[in-house]
Amino acid sequence: MDIDETLRKRGIELRRTATTTLQINVGFKCNLACRHCHVEAGPSRREMMESRTIEAVIACAGRLHFQAIDITGGAPELLPGLPRLISGLAPLTSKLLVRTNLVALARPEFVGLIDFYRRNGVGIVASLPSINPDQTNGQRGAGVFERSVAALKLLNGFGYGRQKSGLGLDLAVNPTGAFLPADQAQAERRFRLDLERKHNIEFSSLFTFANVPLGRFRTWLEGSGNLGPYLKKIEESFNPCTVPHLMCRTTVSVDWQGFLYDCDFNLAAGLHHCGKKKHVSELAELPPEGTSIPIADHCYACTAGAGFTCSGSILQ
Amino acid sequence: MTSYYDPQDLPKFAEIGKNAPELAEKFFDYYNAVFADGALTEREKTLIALAVAHAVQCPYCIDAYTVACLEKGSNLDEMTEAVHVANAIRGGASIAHAVQMRKIAEKLSM
Repeated sequence: MDIDETLRKRGIELRRTATTTLQINVGFKCNLACRHCHVEAGPSRREMMESRTIEAVIACAGRLHFQAIDITGGAPELLPGLPRLISGLAPLTSKLLVRTNLVALARPEFVGLIDFYRRNGVGIVASLPSINPDQTNGQRGAGVFERSVAALKLLNGFGYGRQKSGLGLDLAVNPTGAFLPADQAQAERRFRLDLERKHNIEFSSLFTFANVPLGRFRTWLEGSGNLGPYLKKIEESFNPCTVPHLMCRTTVSVDWQGFLYDCDFNLAAGLHHCGKKKHVSELAELPPEGTSIPIADHCYACTAGAGFTCSGSILQ
Repeated sequence: MTSYYDPQDLPKFAEIGKNAPELAEKFFDYYNAVFADGALTEREKTLIALAVAHAVQCPYCIDAYTVACLEKGSNLDEMTEAVHVANAIRGGASIAHAVQMRKIAEKLSM
């Protein structure tokens, strides 16, 4: 059943509420080519946010207040203008996050970024799909687990993830296949115990996410014969209690060219905010509450079971 | 019917309740309570279930609990060790009964 029909049968309309978050996708260039990536980021991609778009994003954040600003990609580290973006945004919000695949951040040419993040109060959200090397490497590429562990130790060395440092280091955990994620609280307990015991690594919080059937993940699902069963699973796991808390209701997402969406998944699917191309420079006010949100069947991933946002599981 | 086992039948598990519904209700209430978090975590119980599924050789359970183990955050290393536990106990049970065999043979033998 289409998600449209699922919502209609339950008398639910998906509309925006007060906007709190600006998520910025700086582009699809990445040093990795993870199999679950909904935007198909990778080393061969060239799309990266240019200076004038960076300035337009900063200007927008100055015009309108966002409680949180979240920078993602691709690999944000690879954006030459990232320092300008961060220094422009840091004074404009109380919560500035940058996502990382860890492998990029640990590259020698980017180690200076960690201190730059620290000085600007940037919180880090780091991808680590599993404490099992085979599962992590299966999703992200050979050797990624070991390099991720090294990067986490480096970040701990700068104070990130250490108790009372005030420097947030959150882990983002996506399943390493065609299945839904573990309970977030249980996963956090397990990761905390294992990373501390085996690697002496600390972190702040852990967020679980369902893989969204778009981009390279969808291609992998098709090729492995898992597409039909996975789509069926996320549809059958639809939980109406998640709908009021979906991130598309409170997030404005901006792509590398400055065009607006309601979330990074709609960005990947090409579903523009309000159904038409609008540039961040044209956003004079926050989207009004009650604005309709474009949806498609990939949205079942966010409404499955406990439900998922960019800050992890909705219901715990 | 070309096979006794069809993966499409697994979701029909609960149809047993179409007859003798009170018994099905008691069973499924107990079943769900067994797998809830307790002194053992859901993940630990799911790994035990996977091991038992191999011991009793139920393809439905092997299917369901392979998926459940992955969804509880387990991995092939843990799941393989769990299967080895089942294997060790099944094998060990045979060997343990060899004590009986040896006792009888020793009694009868000069």
